[in-house]
Parts: sequence; C-alpha cells; structure tokens
Amino acid sequence: MAMAADEIAAMIRAALPDADVSITDLAGDGDHYAAHVVSEAFRGLSRVAQHKAVYAALDGRMGGVLHALQLTTAVPTSGT
Amino acid sequence: MSQTSSPTPRIAEIVHGNDVVLFMKGTPLFPQCGFSSKAVAILERLGVEYASVDVLQDMEIRQGIKAYSEWPTIPQLYVKGEFVGGSDIMMEMYEAGELETLVTEAGVARA
Repeated sequence: MAMAADEIAAMIRAALPDADVSITDLAGDGDHYAAHVVSEAFRGLSRVAQHKAVYAALDGRMGGVLHALQLTTAVPTSGT
Repeated sequence: MSQTSSPTPRIAEIVHGNDVVLFMKGTPLFPQCGFSSKAVAILERLGVEYASVDVLQDMEIRQGIKAYSEWPTIPQLYVKGEFVGGSDIMMEMYEAGELETLVTEAGVARA
C-alpha cells in the first residue's frame, strides 16, 4: 500500500490551507517521497512541532501506509 | 488483544539514563533502514558518545516510543531526556550547526 503524491499534498493542504507543498517522488516508485511544506502556521513553532502538524494532517498515515517521507518545513520568508 | 504492561517506565529509564540515545531499526553497524542509517551517520560525524536501541528487537519499545514521543516514525533521537526529532530534523539541525550547539550545551561526552 502506498499513497499518491497528489493525495499526500491534498491532505496537507486540507489541514494547512495556506501551505506551499512540494512533493518529490524520490525513487519513482510511488513509495519514497520528499515533502517540503511552507506555511505561515509554522511561525513560532519548533521544528518538532512543525513536523507534528504535518503528521497530524496526514492523519495516522505517516509511519503506516506512508513509510518513507522525508520532510522539511519552513515559514514563508517574505510576505506578499 | 489485551493491553500488556505499559512500556512507558522502561522507555523513560532509557531516555533519562543516557545522555544521547537513538531509537533505530537495526544497530549502528548494521542499520536496517535508510533513515536510521542517516541518523547514525550524523551522530558519528558529530563525534558524540551515544546509546542505541534496536526497536526491531523489541515490539513493546517499537510501539511504545511512538506514543511516548508522539512521533510516528523511527529513528528518534533523545538528548538529555529531551526529544530532538527524527532523521530529517537531525539533518537540518546538523547542517545548521544546531546539533553541535545542542550537544555542546548539554555537556555530552565526545566519542
């Protein structure tokens, strides 16, 4: 069981509507991904708390059907 | 399935009984997962003494540590009883020099 990149991005955006989400399929096998998530919601949070917010968005799939997701998070560097 | 005895006291003992401890799949010599391998490489590069726990050898710890840390994946790094993060956070912190600062300020022994 694996997840499609679109599905991962959609779940993250559903929980963090302002998020800029980029997903890379690392191995081209639909099972090893890297995600970079940029959201204003991360401002003031520790890295651990930022990652936990993304894991919460994935609603239990992380560590389950989604084994291999490299994750990096950031806050937007400039306001628009 | 009935609930067995809580692994929490054992985990607390491990986490607080070691300055630096890595919960991982496999051993530092033979990591069984790419993320655990990356975590080991970071600690080796950092040159700190650390303990490791192979969660594949202990199902109770494997599930228990996820609940204890409220973190869904392995590896997990603890320094002085505090959860630091998984391999991605370790890499980010290492590259930013923050891991070095953390272990220095924690007064962790060097390997």
